[in-house]
Amino acid sequence: MSLVRKSAAELGALVASGDVSAVEVAQAHLDRIAAVEPRVNAFLHVDAETTLAQARAVDARRAAGDDLGPLAGVPIAHKDVFTTTDMPTTAGSKILEGYRPPYDATVTRRLREAGLVILGKTNLDEFAMGSSTENSAFGPTRNPWDLSRVPGGSSGGSSAAVAAYEAPLSTGTDTGGSIRQPAAVTGIVGMKPTYGGSSRYGLIAFASSLDTPGPFARNVLDAALLHEAFSGHDAMDATSIDAPAPSVVEAARQGEVAGLRVGVVREFGGEGYQPGVLARFHESVELLESLGAKVVEVSCPSFTTALPAYYLIAPSEASSNLARFDAMRYGLRVGDDGTRSAEEVMALTRAAGFGPEVKRRIILGTYALSSGYYDAYYGQAQKVRTLIARDFEAAFHQVDVLISPTTPTTAFPIGERADDPMAMYLADLCTIPANLAGNAAISVPCGLADEDGLPVGLQIMAPVLGDDRCYRVAAAVERALEDRWGGGLLSKAPGL
Amino acid sequence: MTVSNCHSMKRVQRLMSAITRDEVAHLARLSRLALADEELDHFAAQLDQIIGAVARVAEVAADDIPPSSHALPLTNVYRPDEVRPCLTPAEALAAAPAVEDARFRVPRILGEEA
Repeated sequence: MSLVRKSAAELGALVASGDVSAVEVAQAHLDRIAAVEPRVNAFLHVDAETTLAQARAVDARRAAGDDLGPLAGVPIAHKDVFTTTDMPTTAGSKILEGYRPPYDATVTRRLREAGLVILGKTNLDEFAMGSSTENSAFGPTRNPWDLSRVPGGSSGGSSAAVAAYEAPLSTGTDTGGSIRQPAAVTGIVGMKPTYGGSSRYGLIAFASSLDTPGPFARNVLDAALLHEAFSGHDAMDATSIDAPAPSVVEAARQGEVAGLRVGVVREFGGEGYQPGVLARFHESVELLESLGAKVVEVSCPSFTTALPAYYLIAPSEASSNLARFDAMRYGLRVGDDGTRSAEEVMALTRAAGFGPEVKRRIILGTYALSSGYYDAYYGQAQKVRTLIARDFEAAFHQVDVLISPTTPTTAFPIGERADDPMAMYLADLCTIPANLAGNAAISVPCGLADEDGLPVGLQIMAPVLGDDRCYRVAAAVERALEDRWGGGLLSKAPGL
Repeated sequence: MTVSNCHSMKRVQRLMSAITRDEVAHLARLSRLALADEELDHFAAQLDQIIGAVARVAEVAADDIPPSSHALPLTNVYRPDEVRPCLTPAEALAAAPAVEDARFRVPRILGEEA
């Protein structure tokens, strides 16, 4: 089997034993990137020399007898919203084109410490705002299952890179579903850790009370290994949880659901959901029952207002966070001809540097926070947020995990929703509640929709700091389905 | 109808009013976005639709529900007030659009001519 088809765990073991060098592993992935990138466009930046230098350092550590971790020498694609000192960091925006940050994000630093070899930076919806990666200022990424369709978003470069075997692992960030939705529509695993379980330091902010870094992988164990490598307390992030991290790798290895209480969210299904998505979801429910889980239906009535609450809270926070792009200290500056004031230069720069979705959200957020509208919009959305957290709390008195489809539909065609914001926002219908309440949630492949042959994701939601439960259930589903299919879901994907 | 329902109804009625192009232009000025006329037209129509949809939050009876600004219970985090390594001036200025005398050079910030 070629190196690019191997799992991260296998690659880590091969490098640790010395059977394969980290340089060979990196080169195999760089070759794959060169072969498929013209069609996929998952990366904004690839630099073979920087990548190979990291790989050589891992090989040198091994030669010196250093104790290497399980992911040392394993390549990774890094979402271009985390700062990196040795690669540009753009957040998919013209306003940061060519920007070189002066420091590494905590997630970046921990990838380096684990000996992961960063292949490059992946494409995303500008400032992580979107569900298709079409909002990138640098062109859309294509879904490896069908190049005419989106790979999800905002972390669509990261999902496509893993699904196209350009990298065994990638990083993402999930503010309203930006890891789980792209994972679902590309047939891979994507995890949103508990809010505060992974550090936001050096993550370019979109909505600070929601933004959560997390892993992508082609299987559950690999996702858990990466999760463990970069999560945990960080003094540089004031919202980081100072508590022991859940043992997610152990849970992924165990994958046992006998006796586990599983709740099906009544509010997610029916009208607006693609039949093939619902069919695979109902099969997953039966599968969990056959594995010994006790499945019941659970009602979470406030989840139906999660989407409107999110599209008030997230743009409000974004309008404030993106005020930092003022053309003064870094990034683009437009119109500074010696006659214009700082304020005029600022307005010209922001108009030229931000794309349409970012502008829409800044204006929407400014509106929601305006005097006279604040109570009716932002204030009311914050109350809905409380109700959603209470629904989760009540549900987790009855069950150990909640499940739903990850997305209402499979991957949609590029261009279909590009200028229809409300249609685009619906892609996050099922993923948003876990962001508003801070819960852990994962998406694991559960089959292909009959009508279009495209991947469907099963979402598993757990309480705050119950990340291990997500991995436990996801691993059980994955094992049972792979037995049935005779391999992973990606083995059914058309070759590139 | 309860008092709380009555309040919600009033809110719904108030929120039914569409956002105007002039309001969007005002918000763009507040947000320091120099939008072109055609952008304003386009956004006004889209924002009207989005605001119509998100206004559904007003239908939730939540008068006695405390707001959550955050997912987790948080308290302020302090660290010892001691000198620690930080960026050098050269590092901090490296990505600046314009630099003069080891400082960020900015366009004029006052009303009078430079």
